[in-house]
Amino acid sequence: MIRFLIRRIVLGLITLWVIITLVFVLYYARPGVDPARELAGRAVTPALLANINKEYGFDQPVIVQYWHYLERLVPIPGHFDLGISNNNRLPVTTIIAQAVPIDLSLAAGAAVLWTVIGISVGVLAARRPRSLMDRGATVFVLTGVSMPVFILGLLLLYVLYYLLTIHGIAIFPKPGSWTPITTNPLEWAHDLILPWITVALVIAATYSRLTRSSLLETLGEDYIRTARAKGLSERRVVYRHALRSSLTPIVTQFGIDLAGVMGGAIVTESIFGLPGLGLAVVQAIQVQNLPVVIGIVLVSAAFVVAANIVVDALYAVLDPRVRVS
Amino acid sequence: MSLSTVEVAYPEVSPEEPAAGGIQGRTPLRLVIARLRTDRVAIASIVVILLIVLLAIGAPLIAAITGHGPTETNVDTGTDANGQPLPPGSAGYLLGTDNLGRDILVRIAYGARISLLVGVLATAIATVVGVVIGLFAGYYGGWFDSVLARLMDVVLSFPYVMFAIVLVSVFGPSLPLTILVIAFFSFAAIGRIVRGQALSQREKEYVEAAHSLGAGNLRIMFVDILPNLVAPVIVLATLLIPAAIIFEATLSFLGLGVVPPTPSWGNMLSDAEGVGFQAWWFYIFPMLFLLLTTLAFNLLGDAVRDALDPRTERIFAGRRKKKRT
Repeated sequence: MIRFLIRRIVLGLITLWVIITLVFVLYYARPGVDPARELAGRAVTPALLANINKEYGFDQPVIVQYWHYLERLVPIPGHFDLGISNNNRLPVTTIIAQAVPIDLSLAAGAAVLWTVIGISVGVLAARRPRSLMDRGATVFVLTGVSMPVFILGLLLLYVLYYLLTIHGIAIFPKPGSWTPITTNPLEWAHDLILPWITVALVIAATYSRLTRSSLLETLGEDYIRTARAKGLSERRVVYRHALRSSLTPIVTQFGIDLAGVMGGAIVTESIFGLPGLGLAVVQAIQVQNLPVVIGIVLVSAAFVVAANIVVDALYAVLDPRVRVS
Repeated sequence: MSLSTVEVAYPEVSPEEPAAGGIQGRTPLRLVIARLRTDRVAIASIVVILLIVLLAIGAPLIAAITGHGPTETNVDTGTDANGQPLPPGSAGYLLGTDNLGRDILVRIAYGARISLLVGVLATAIATVVGVVIGLFAGYYGGWFDSVLARLMDVVLSFPYVMFAIVLVSVFGPSLPLTILVIAFFSFAAIGRIVRGQALSQREKEYVEAAHSLGAGNLRIMFVDILPNLVAPVIVLATLLIPAAIIFEATLSFLGLGVVPPTPSWGNMLSDAEGVGFQAWWFYIFPMLFLLLTTLAFNLLGDAVRDALDPRTERIFAGRRKKKRT
């Protein structure tokens, strides 16, 4: 178990290191690119270039720059430093700290929705294979898998916000609304309901598919027959005996999806104007604000890598067979 | 589409055939095609895909008939007195115009070219790379396999949307880059499956037989083992196409894919977002075509999987008629 965990953590750290290094090479050490010139913008003067070179250390050898770049990323409080935004001279860590609560809110609500919807649809479909319910579930899954997130978001906005509002039924808030949960929890949920649905429905489709196939497989096992032979109610057999063990693949998927949304739901945030990591990174790219882009990409990569490790550990706890291999 | 009553038309086997020369042998490909032909959903999705392909091929024809080029802005005829886009059915514009007076029908036809090109080309690259890497890793094993398998694990655990955005922001958006980025994040999915299959296939006796006949490693890998892996690869590749199309549309929607004024369904929707919902036709038609295409490919992928593996139950194709004895 311990060895398994250590291997996973090492693999995660390698992934993170690969990402960090790739980002460094792409942004600072590509052959034929002068990062100072890119940062300087249109009004280039030799003095400005010299200043930028000095501030960012571009005049030093690449390997020294790489070392400083890595060194700043060591996660010790007070030492960790992602640089300063080119726009408003705020530290990138501050910008990220302001955006993260939005992503956490988005992820929390959406995760509840997609788990509940995804697993219930999957269970209903698996209890009566080939029934009308099952066919309906399949339609839901295929639509969800084929649906680009931005189309779902735009459709929800068009139908539930625009059409209702022009007909005088303004139930849903206009895009760009955001209230912190500490200010007003009800308003918080009200502002996030459409983004939650957007994020959740597409992910829920995958969960339904996973739950259905996994539950159907479990229901064919010997111990389920034993449970039925003992005279347990079908409800108890499905929910207490079968569902529990068939949820293991869902756990894996859950961790990865949760981390993905926490690290910035780029499309959803762009459509609904939510000022989270995803919107921040898109805006930073448009003005070539490199420190912000790099900072957010690294934080979001760290979320995903950490989630992968946690998921693997959970998986090993839930399914003892994993530990052996 | 009626879900409950799906009739199955099995190819009639004429009674003379068995009498004439015993049971006729059928190749696996023939069997698969026979199964697909009984699957109405598969037929429908193939028809939809063919129509989209026709639309893409016929794009210049549509442009010639309507007299509007894909990037041609028609300030005089294409917008109303206030410079607003025209609704569908306006003189000469079947699906209406966009904010610059461009013909939406023509742009959708040209956009189909982009979507299909990206979907097919990215999948083809990913499949070739994935198959080659997977075969080498699985066949040779040892440290070579460990390195390649870890590499694929790292790629699969990448926060790929973020990373795609980094690459595009560094090199600037372009069609070839979009295709390469999608291929890069897709090959590992195929590579992992092929590797697993190759690992088990290389222990089989036919491989030993080929060795003893003097076949080289390359010949064994690509001539003897590869044909046995075709089924899972085809299924996965079919399902990668819609994923690639969605990925391209998403990148273009965010302004990081196909560069305007070249039309792509994604960047058309991004243009539409700038106009507002009152021009609903500007949203609905690109959405409709995008959804129809991804849905058709996903349905086809599922159908091909079921046809290749007759043991899986098919939800929409009717039950097989029981043989009368």
